[in-house]
Amino acid sequence: MTDDKGLQAAPEGDRARASQMSILARFFKATELDTRMLGMIGALLLIWILFDIFSGGLFLTPRNLWNLSVQTASVAVMATGMVLVIVTRNIDLSVGSILGFVGMIMAVTQAEILPALIGFDNPVTWVIALAVGVAVGAAIGALHGYVIAYLGVPAFIVTLGGLLVWRGAAWWVTSGRTVSPMDSTFRLMGGGPTGSIGATASWAVGIVACIAIVAMIWNARRQRQRFKFPLRPLWAETFLAGIGCFVILGAVWVVNSYYWPIGIVRKYIEANDLQIAESDLLIAHGIAIPVLVAIAVGIVMTFITTRTRFGRYVFALGGNPEATDFAGINTRWVTMKIFIIMGILCAIAAAISTARLNAATNAQGTLDELLTIAAAVIGGTSLAGGVGTIVGAMIGAVVMQSLQSGMVLLGLDTPLQAIVVGIVLVIAVWLDSLYRRTQH
Amino acid sequence: MNSVTEAQPLVDMRNISIAFGGIQAVDDTSVDLFAGEVVALLGHNGAGKSTLVKILSGAYRRDKGVIHIDGKEVAINNPRDAKAFGIETIYQTLALADNVDTAGNLYLGRELLTPWGTLDDVAMEARARDVMGRLNPRFQRFKEPVKALSGGQRQSVAIARAILFNARILIMDEPTAALGPEETAHVSELILQLKSEGIGIFLVSHDIHDVFDLADRVTVMKNGQVVGHARTEDVNKDEVLGMIILGKCPPAAIPGPGALAS
Repeated sequence: MTDDKGLQAAPEGDRARASQMSILARFFKATELDTRMLGMIGALLLIWILFDIFSGGLFLTPRNLWNLSVQTASVAVMATGMVLVIVTRNIDLSVGSILGFVGMIMAVTQAEILPALIGFDNPVTWVIALAVGVAVGAAIGALHGYVIAYLGVPAFIVTLGGLLVWRGAAWWVTSGRTVSPMDSTFRLMGGGPTGSIGATASWAVGIVACIAIVAMIWNARRQRQRFKFPLRPLWAETFLAGIGCFVILGAVWVVNSYYWPIGIVRKYIEANDLQIAESDLLIAHGIAIPVLVAIAVGIVMTFITTRTRFGRYVFALGGNPEATDFAGINTRWVTMKIFIIMGILCAIAAAISTARLNAATNAQGTLDELLTIAAAVIGGTSLAGGVGTIVGAMIGAVVMQSLQSGMVLLGLDTPLQAIVVGIVLVIAVWLDSLYRRTQH
Repeated sequence: MNSVTEAQPLVDMRNISIAFGGIQAVDDTSVDLFAGEVVALLGHNGAGKSTLVKILSGAYRRDKGVIHIDGKEVAINNPRDAKAFGIETIYQTLALADNVDTAGNLYLGRELLTPWGTLDDVAMEARARDVMGRLNPRFQRFKEPVKALSGGQRQSVAIARAILFNARILIMDEPTAALGPEETAHVSELILQLKSEGIGIFLVSHDIHDVFDLADRVTVMKNGQVVGHARTEDVNKDEVLGMIILGKCPPAAIPGPGALAS
């Protein structure tokens, strides 16, 4: 019985209870898996399978899944910040408008200001444009945060104002003119055949991620041993590591199975003067750069929320603002920092979205605030504050995007799409509140 | 106050006033506390006792008055200032972040960090297990948010947080309000132990029976003013009740501005 080995370290009471539990309950206890998160992943898989059946096998293809990953990136990046905002009982209605305004600023910087100063397609153009965007995003976030935290205006009102102000400002930058094209290096952030890292690098990323998972599980186990805390059974640790590696390598396999379109391959052959038939040259896309950016943002934000003081204060503030204040924490500054982070994330999302479109328009990001909030809420962030995870919000973003692209694939009318998304959002939050009620 | 006048008080709050809107919650009130002493602050609900100690713990900013610690005038404008002087508070509402686990609450604002500047959760949990083991040996639910704990367990967490950081001055606002008889006895033992370690303790209560046997002195408040101070050995419970209910000062007590004119 491998079970008993792991439970030996657990206190007497736990062991007595464990013997009364069903096999399933024992499994969840041993692996310490979050059942709510599993439910959401189950719902996502169900959506995928249903769309695949109704679209006649078009949904679960490497091509569609690759596109889905790229389309999700921008909202997923913003959803990670929205988690912090909602956890502290605030809301940000302005993220779509900030995305539009910052995207416009970055586009004008690289397409109209920098070429005159350092020449067209200079290798540092993208760095300067991105830095300018991040600085502007941070400044907008700081302004919102200051008014909310120090002047005491409710976040709903401040960001509702921001929604109008920054949308108007985006128009103002070029009087409504669309700015295009973007710098060629900057465009890599938007994905596409060249904006992906190819098969070999994708496998390398996948393997590094697998090693990281195993190392993290091993390190956590060692830490628990150091202080003689109850350990997870070995089989549970192995199972978790196995599932993690399987999902990562599976995802890499999928994106590596999506090959460059024939037209681009033809151009590539001509450019490199190769003597090979177009149909014989299969070049895999691999992981798209915007997806890597989103994953990196997710990792950094998870680290911030779970491993730093600031992250602890964010959750404490959401759970009990008065207690956090009494504990001697500068709650206003914490709130302001949250909105600065939100502004920076909007800038990153704006870079992804302008790079993908190869243009900045004054309508870019319209209604993205609602997708972002929906992603965070579907991902388990509680509007009452204090509860939420970065991973959940990112999966929530995938759910929202899956619904949208699935309905496009099925050829549903746009008004009907909006109706379905609205209904799904309400049902998802209702199910979540039911789940939470049965938990306590 | 008579036998220890030559010693310097640990805390001396002089002529403290605070108003909320038009309501004078605390009016020209003075209290003091010596090291290794338990002072009970008594009074009805709304007498101003919680407000007074919240000024000392930095939760409220006073309108008037001065605070001396170790004889030196100090500025206490927020909870951080108070903690820097070794003032720890167990609030009536417990002031716990419900969604955070026990260790997270114990170290809220004073987290232990690893050499890389990240939270050292394992070390914090180890210390939490240590301290909670002393207060409440049967406590095992370290991984759960404190929302899932019983009233008594939550109270233990709040008390553990106050004693974890070598407090010199401890404020306990209705510390046994949520506790059963056994746990109350446990807290009483703890108070006596902390007192013997030289910690000064303010015990705030509306119920005289909770605190009379533990306290060295009582200060009774009514309508934001001090009715009087007395050593517990000089007065009996009925006399103190008279102070609380009627504002009538017995001969053994030192009358304050709120005492009924006789």
